[in-house]
Amino acid sequence: MLDGHIDYWPLAGILVVVCGFALRFNPLLVVAAAAILTGLLGGMDLVAVISLLGKGFNDNRFITVVYVVLPVIGLLERFGLQQRARGLIEAMRGATVGRLLVGYLAFRQGIAALGLVSVAGHPQTVRPLLAPMAEAAARKENPEIDEADLEEVKAMAAATDNVGVFFGEDIFIAIGSILLIQGVLRGEGIEIAPIHLSLWAIPTAICAFAIHALRIRLFGRRLRRKAARAAAAGSIGGSIGA
Amino acid sequence: MIGITALYFVAGLVFAAFAVASARDPDNPRRWGNAAFWALVAVSFLLGDRLGDFGNGILVLLLVGLAGCRCLGLGRPRTTSAEEREAFARKLGSKLFLPALVIPVTAFAGTLLFSYTPLGAAGLIDPRWVTLVLLVTGVALALAGTMIWLKPPLSAPVDEGRRLMDSIGWAALLPQMLAALGAVFTAAGVGGAVGAMSLAILPESNVFLAVVIFALGMALFTVIMGNAFAAFPVMASAIGVPILIKAHGGDPAVVGAIGMLAGFCGTLLTPMAANFNMVPAALLELKDEYGVIRRQIGTALPLLACNILILYIAGFLL
Repeated sequence: MLDGHIDYWPLAGILVVVCGFALRFNPLLVVAAAAILTGLLGGMDLVAVISLLGKGFNDNRFITVVYVVLPVIGLLERFGLQQRARGLIEAMRGATVGRLLVGYLAFRQGIAALGLVSVAGHPQTVRPLLAPMAEAAARKENPEIDEADLEEVKAMAAATDNVGVFFGEDIFIAIGSILLIQGVLRGEGIEIAPIHLSLWAIPTAICAFAIHALRIRLFGRRLRRKAARAAAAGSIGGSIGA
Repeated sequence: MIGITALYFVAGLVFAAFAVASARDPDNPRRWGNAAFWALVAVSFLLGDRLGDFGNGILVLLLVGLAGCRCLGLGRPRTTSAEEREAFARKLGSKLFLPALVIPVTAFAGTLLFSYTPLGAAGLIDPRWVTLVLLVTGVALALAGTMIWLKPPLSAPVDEGRRLMDSIGWAALLPQMLAALGAVFTAAGVGGAVGAMSLAILPESNVFLAVVIFALGMALFTVIMGNAFAAFPVMASAIGVPILIKAHGGDPAVVGAIGMLAGFCGTLLTPMAANFNMVPAALLELKDEYGVIRRQIGTALPLLACNILILYIAGFLL
């Protein structure tokens, strides 16, 4: 080997992740196997790898804290929160999937840019509010809408939440990823102020809004065209019958 | 001072309650699997700092074993029917939104109060965890308010929460596991190996190609690791710093910021980012578990192209 001092063996862990996932093993199992294999190939002993895995898991518990919202969300669902969210949209004139989701995208990017990342999210807002509202709006635009299209509407609602938070949060100067970039570059001897990083997040944020909002509008238009076609077919059928 | 320890205590109690209710659920054939899984999560939250690194490692292996042997089922706690929910929704009207809104409003107003008034200096809340602490506070307020207002059985919050938690299942822990995998990768020298490999395939003088490989590498590594945070240190030390910044004089702020955002495009594409892509598919009861990812491809790929152009133009031409 030309560069004998570089050890390529730890890369086998990446291969384990890719193959394990492709073979549809349980992802937790795949990740644990990849971690242990990588550690062993990197020259650690088994106890050291298991300890490192345990420490990494323990240090990152804050990621999983968010699920404490589930009891409240579930409790409100018990009393018809989703049904009420649907009812609100049904009663609203001019509510369309497009307007609802583009509005939410702007809201989500805006509050994420203020650093309020956990204010909304899939358990907090998408399941109890946004998805039922989007579903109701889609049914309003096309009462005959089929299951497959409704699935796409719900998936689009979740996708909109993700795009909003990912490409809004980096505008806030004290968010984790900005601090991570600053830390990594400092480790390489390069000092930058967080404000410069967050300013350079703005062009991408604008592109993300433009691209995703356009896709939402096109998606909404496709749903309406289907509805119009179904209605036209219905009226032809009706006139033949009469 | 209220900090992350207090949050872990609350989360530990919630998961312990899920575990007890799961164990007592006769309708779930795999109830002991669910009970053991949520009990281990509760132990991690309540006692994680006392178990030691090896103890936590064993706990992780037990969790992985339970998930890997398909020992988790779906609890079926008693809840209201669709008709009852329609009736409640008509009777209670839009007041139902109030408790749901208490959570974000508490987090929002609280964060503002904390940042812009002397309250922040009072030392009540650990500044690193303000939003998360306020979010959990909002949850407590909303829960108390709803219990007093609607007077459901005392077991209702645990049962309704467990219904949703079981539908997410093991996927709830995948992001935390990937973070642990990242720690092992770093210690084992994966970054150095990826860097050496990228250097071997990189043409020496073409800035644009180096930008493309950096951005694609960020996205690809994020797809594998499920998180741009794990990809960034690797790609920055492999290509970002030595080639883009030092050899070609790129603006460090642009390379750092846009590199991370190129990684976020990868997050939109990967089932490994379970909390963003798989959990919502479960929560929304989608038949296609990759449904959310499918709706994101059309945004992620053009946006990745935009990031490459922004990085090239702003980092090297401006």
